Amino acid sequence: MNFREYLKNNIVYLDGGMGTLLQAEGLKPGEHPESWNITHPDIITAIHKAYFEAGSNVVCTNTFGANCLKFSCDELEEIIKAAIANAKTAKECSVSNSEKFIALDIGPSGKLLKPLGDLDFEDAVGVFAKTVKLGVKYGADLIIIETMNDSYETKAALLAAKENSDLPVIVSNAYGEDGKLMTGATPAAMVAILEGMGADALGANCSLGPKQLRGVAEELLKKASVPVILKPNAGLPKSVDGKTVFDITADEFADEVAELVKKGVRVVGGCCGTTPEYISSLYNKTSDLAPVPIENKNITVVSSYTHAVEFGESPILIGERINPTGKKRFKQALLENDIDYILSEGVNQQEKGVHILDVNVGLPDIDEVQLLKTTIPELQAVTNLPLQIDTSNIAAMEASLRRYNGKAMINSVNGKKESMETVFPLVKKYGGLVVALTLDENGIPETAEGRVKIAENILKVASEYGIPKKDIIFDTLAMTISADNKAALATLSSLKTIKKELGCHTSLGVSNVSFGLPNRDAINGTFFALALENGLSAAIINPYSAEILKTYYTYKALKGLDQNCAEYIATADLFGISSPATAAETKKTAEEYSSELQRAVIKGFKEKAGELTKALLSSTAPLDIVNNEIIPALNIVGSGFENKTVYLPQLLMSAEAAKSAFEVIKAFMSGKENNEAKGIIVIATVHGDIHDIGKNIVKLLLENYGFDVIDLGKDVLPQKIVETVVELHAPLAGLSALMTTTVPAMEETIKLLRENAPWCKIVVGGAVLTKEYADKIGADKYAKDAMEGVRYAEMIVKESQ
Amino acid sequence: MNSVILNKTYKELPFCEKEILRYAGCKEADEEISTLLKECINELKDKLTYKICYRELPFKANGNICDFEYFSLYSEKLSLNLKNSKKVILFAATVGVEIDRLIGKYGKLSPAKALFFQAIGAERIEALCDAFCADIEKEYTMKTKPRFSPGYGDLPLSAQKDVFDVLSPERRIGLTLNSSLLMSPTKSVTAFVGLNG
Repeated sequence: MNFREYLKNNIVYLDGGMGTLLQAEGLKPGEHPESWNITHPDIITAIHKAYFEAGSNVVCTNTFGANCLKFSCDELEEIIKAAIANAKTAKECSVSNSEKFIALDIGPSGKLLKPLGDLDFEDAVGVFAKTVKLGVKYGADLIIIETMNDSYETKAALLAAKENSDLPVIVSNAYGEDGKLMTGATPAAMVAILEGMGADALGANCSLGPKQLRGVAEELLKKASVPVILKPNAGLPKSVDGKTVFDITADEFADEVAELVKKGVRVVGGCCGTTPEYISSLYNKTSDLAPVPIENKNITVVSSYTHAVEFGESPILIGERINPTGKKRFKQALLENDIDYILSEGVNQQEKGVHILDVNVGLPDIDEVQLLKTTIPELQAVTNLPLQIDTSNIAAMEASLRRYNGKAMINSVNGKKESMETVFPLVKKYGGLVVALTLDENGIPETAEGRVKIAENILKVASEYGIPKKDIIFDTLAMTISADNKAALATLSSLKTIKKELGCHTSLGVSNVSFGLPNRDAINGTFFALALENGLSAAIINPYSAEILKTYYTYKALKGLDQNCAEYIATADLFGISSPATAAETKKTAEEYSSELQRAVIKGFKEKAGELTKALLSSTAPLDIVNNEIIPALNIVGSGFENKTVYLPQLLMSAEAAKSAFEVIKAFMSGKENNEAKGIIVIATVHGDIHDIGKNIVKLLLENYGFDVIDLGKDVLPQKIVETVVELHAPLAGLSALMTTTVPAMEETIKLLRENAPWCKIVVGGAVLTKEYADKIGADKYAKDAMEGVRYAEMIVKESQ
Repeated sequence: MNSVILNKTYKELPFCEKEILRYAGCKEADEEISTLLKECINELKDKLTYKICYRELPFKANGNICDFEYFSLYSEKLSLNLKNSKKVILFAATVGVEIDRLIGKYGKLSPAKALFFQAIGAERIEALCDAFCADIEKEYTMKTKPRFSPGYGDLPLSAQKDVFDVLSPERRIGLTLNSSLLMSPTKSVTAFVGLNG
């Protein structure tokens, strides 16, 4: 019988710990246990055999850390070959008559993925792929990915397994005492990701004992529609007379795990500290139990790397602001590759309470694949909201789905054959909740019946691809009522039918309904309410619209979805009339400063600086605001810093306030030709160094002073810096390094710059640098702080002009 | 010889605002600074994890060679630091990835906040190491010598490889070493601690 068949109707017994047994056999600290497959095959085989005889159906090969980051390609192949051979010998010698399988064991790479660490996602996939291919080559029956404490790395491993084998894959994560993975994912988030990608079973192992993992196991059982794995430690380690002892006995362990088998756990075993005795005891206490059938939970869900968002009674808000359509300032940001602007749109919408962010960066003349591929991880570095990948470019869709850390929402597929043929395979491979538009080759049907029919066809085709109904969410297309006054009715009526009769969730881009009409918000708000009442599950909305928020919170309060009206009360001022009191109160103190805006900048009041600039723009030319208000204020703070009466945090707070004023001016001027940047400066943290706070501070201040700063980020290769400087003919490059170990990379960059861009001046800074060091590695200038960098930049750019 | 690697976690450790301000390069805090600092602490507080894994190492000084049986390191300063120690503890400590996320996030959106998170992180990891060493002193009823980390004095950063080999902090506390020998999460410490009677 193959493993998948066996899993369907049986409780599956995995093995127990390996590491602790090897230590008892004399494995030295620092020695690789995987090497023992070759040096001590008899010991490894005996351990596997003991597990089979204790009742294990599956033994995991001794390959936890067998990857090409730790071993050379040749070593790796030898290890995996030997490991599988050892398990096979054990299987053949074992007298147990249970079904027996050999699982290729894959543990974490030992590196943290970018952006938190330095291992690129695709490189991680490549690392796991090598191990998987060898496992297939030497005849493993299934793959177990285990002890993963990061959702992103788990995804990389599962993707590698799926892309390089047809073997069953079971996936188990290491949850901490807080019930989450080290990088933050909840069990529900992991279920969404792993089920979406087609794991055959999923669960929890290691880090804790069965008692402490109980909550996690119960949560997994509640959410998962595939078998749940539990492989806990023998409690917690203690030191007794210089030996590691775990604090629960085999009997206690088996009792605890048996309780959870009764609740539905279907794949069980032990991790650190467990021995064949534990498995035997567990087997004896549970093998008479009837396996609890796997229930399809039918949960429509997306997730980020921290949490899942479920679609149910309470409506889901999807922020629409990351989208260039009709937004001049956003278009400008995209064309200028101003990722920071996109990121702040993400964070601001999250603060307004949306649950998911739509991400659309499509513009003619833009490399959407590349841009989306960088935007998705950048956004995920500043927000933990799930994302809706909004693109009609299939290559961009695939690149984003691959990189996305979580189970994404996908916008969109439609009833056209070509659309389904290209989008569904991606949904199947990467997982996702896909928005399906009810249109096809013949356009958008005018009637509700026509749209429902398309929906039915989409469901049918999806199921042929193995995509369940729960992973399709229908958009019945809101059309403007200014063109057809029955348009909204057809949308609402098809919405109702799809929700009620097809039992599917629904989503709408609400604002389209009012296109071409005055005071669109008013129409949008009412339409949103009607759609909710007709069964709308999610809406793509503008979270800055008071009308939309008002509808959302009042609807929830009225429908009994808001306990004690708490959310309504907490947010009522978001859409109420704001009190004008604050303006008057600040007037008094403003006298000490030459203007209110100057005061706001000097004191570092970010929002106020933006508001005041907006007000000033009605009466003052943008350039006058910059030259007469913002720059003088910055100079006051800057010289205060130089004279040590102002400290760095204050300097930064002022700089941020100034930036928010500049942002208002930029929005006001976007579209108008007015580019008075002082000069281009390329900055970067050098290769090997991942510290960028200093560099970011310098960037902010340089921007404040009107420079066009090209920020290449951190850990940047010398060649990349040189290429950029040459391409832009930048007069100045700024390099940052925090670690002594990365100063050589700085020196190398300077050398390359001198060879290829002799005109370019180089300023360096960072914690370990000194004037002497800077001279030694050939920099033109050592700046001890950001202000000194700004002063130097002003001097150089003036000279170069 | 004790070959057991043990874990320790702390639920909470009191914040020292004065120390944070010192790390942020701020001699005194006006109202705006204090408000921002409080805001940062509140945003971070529930996201920190205080984790340590550690083990006792056998130790012999052989001139400037520190022999820990499983590996040895050449360092005059470390050898001096551990001189006459009855026991040596090697530990790895981290306050988790969330602070790195916040530093990364605000590095782009608000460098002032990023600076504070950086400073808070520095104060947090030191507070964790202090708490751990105080506990070790109690457990062993011995005095600890100053902690000594790879990269201090003449002990090269490459010693991190040995430290990671014998502690496996990747699996135990989620601490990893990157190719430039820097640690992720960044607010982490590995160190040798000598114990004296």
